[in-house]
Amino acid sequence: MCVRDRGRSLSSINMCERQRSLFAIMTLELFLDLHSQPCRAVYIFAKKANIPFEFKKVDLASGQQYGEEFGKLSIVRKVPVLRDGDFILTESIAILMYLAEKFATPDHWYPVALQQRARVNEYLSWQHKAIRENGSKIFWFRAMVPLLTGAPVGQERMDSAMEDLTSALAVFEQKFLQQRCFITGKDISLADLVAIVELMQPVGTGLDVFEGRPSLSAWRDRVKKEIGASLFDEAHQVIMNVHMLPQVFEDNGMLELMKPQLKKLFN
Amino acid sequence: MPLELFLDLFSQPCRSVYIFAKKNNIPFDFKTISLMEGHQYGEEFGKVNMMRKVPAIRDGDFCLAESVAIMMYMAEKYKTPDYWYPADLHKRARVNEYLSWQHMGIRMHGSKMFWINVLIPKIMGRGVPEEKKNAAMEELNGSLKMIEEKFLQDRPFIAGDHISLADLVAIVEVYQPVGACIDVFEGRPKLSAWRDRVRQEIGPELFDEAHQGILCCQEMVNSLDVNKMEAFKPRIVQMFF
Repeated sequence: MCVRDRGRSLSSINMCERQRSLFAIMTLELFLDLHSQPCRAVYIFAKKANIPFEFKKVDLASGQQYGEEFGKLSIVRKVPVLRDGDFILTESIAILMYLAEKFATPDHWYPVALQQRARVNEYLSWQHKAIRENGSKIFWFRAMVPLLTGAPVGQERMDSAMEDLTSALAVFEQKFLQQRCFITGKDISLADLVAIVELMQPVGTGLDVFEGRPSLSAWRDRVKKEIGASLFDEAHQVIMNVHMLPQVFEDNGMLELMKPQLKKLFN
Repeated sequence: MPLELFLDLFSQPCRSVYIFAKKNNIPFDFKTISLMEGHQYGEEFGKVNMMRKVPAIRDGDFCLAESVAIMMYMAEKYKTPDYWYPADLHKRARVNEYLSWQHMGIRMHGSKMFWINVLIPKIMGRGVPEEKKNAAMEELNGSLKMIEEKFLQDRPFIAGDHISLADLVAIVEVYQPVGACIDVFEGRPKLSAWRDRVRQEIGPELFDEAHQGILCCQEMVNSLDVNKMEAFKPRIVQMFF
């Protein structure tokens, strides 16, 4: 429209300004906090695939997800969230698939081939309970609970959580990776991306899950290389600095807000 | 060689795979894996799924676990009607959103109540502490509220006007606590109306057939050989006692 109007008068400039503001409204928005594993997966994917987006920071440590504004966006009150014009979407897996489809990203991320795609879907489904829940639990037990309560988690609980994570990692190596370079074979996919961000979570607390696991370490190196070391490190910077959190919690009284979550963790 | 589906209809994800395959007239061999009998620990099944869980499929040389992945595979391979897993970007995203959320959002809560009310009293010879039971019910109630307020809202089905994989996966999970004598539909007219629509779309006969085991499970539990369930005890103690 702008081009057609170029030869016309002032009204054509106004049309372009209107279009510009329309474009601003229509740009993809990603609501993220890079402390969150699924947020990192979405962030890395969007950046790697050169998808234009506006980064809208949601500060979980200050409880922004419980605010009125965020509640209008998503009643689930979790991140990541995508807003594409009028369309709002939660759940990182759904967001990643949406972005892959809409922006026609390279096939290897979410292959069209039936069995390859099934392998990606299989991992993306399994990982919720097996890796995500256990990796998160370790993160909470090692970093968050002591910060919030002033006391460490009991040894028995910690050992049990570690055992669960260890079992999950064994399945990851023996079933999902095996002798392959990546989960689907020779190319990286959404499965590897979702896996790596989850495995980095305990690393942020000083627990190196890759130590003593040469096969897993080699896979980590390959994934990091495919993503690009710079982007990988940038996305993981906040989680590697998780020791900064105590100051934030002291200031904003997050303990009360987080109590329900803590209760769930111990149930 | 036809598709082999390794299933136990006590398991929610097995029911969704079974219903989907039957509804879409996908030819398959039903391979019973009785979880209570410990069939999942057999050597043959270990070759199909080393994680020893159901459902699992074997399609020639290709083995696949995870009900969501299985149904997406079947939808694509057998070109099932579009509404099950719509090609439309936004509708598909809605289905994917639910299929992702439900793992931690409802699945574990419905399962937990089934264990608390039905299996644990039999296996352990005593009930779970009241506090834990109440906490689990609270979580289940929260999940059902989320289904109504976020995933359904005013729509007939989760993705809009038609049933999809999302509704199928949801209904089998929502029925698990029903098998534990918790009427999740009581006092929830929106959820009840949705349940009626889903049952109608699937076909009442197929729906009832798939859920028969879970709804008559007291009989099953009475005949359960508790000695075969020893392996579950440490986990039960850790989680509930």
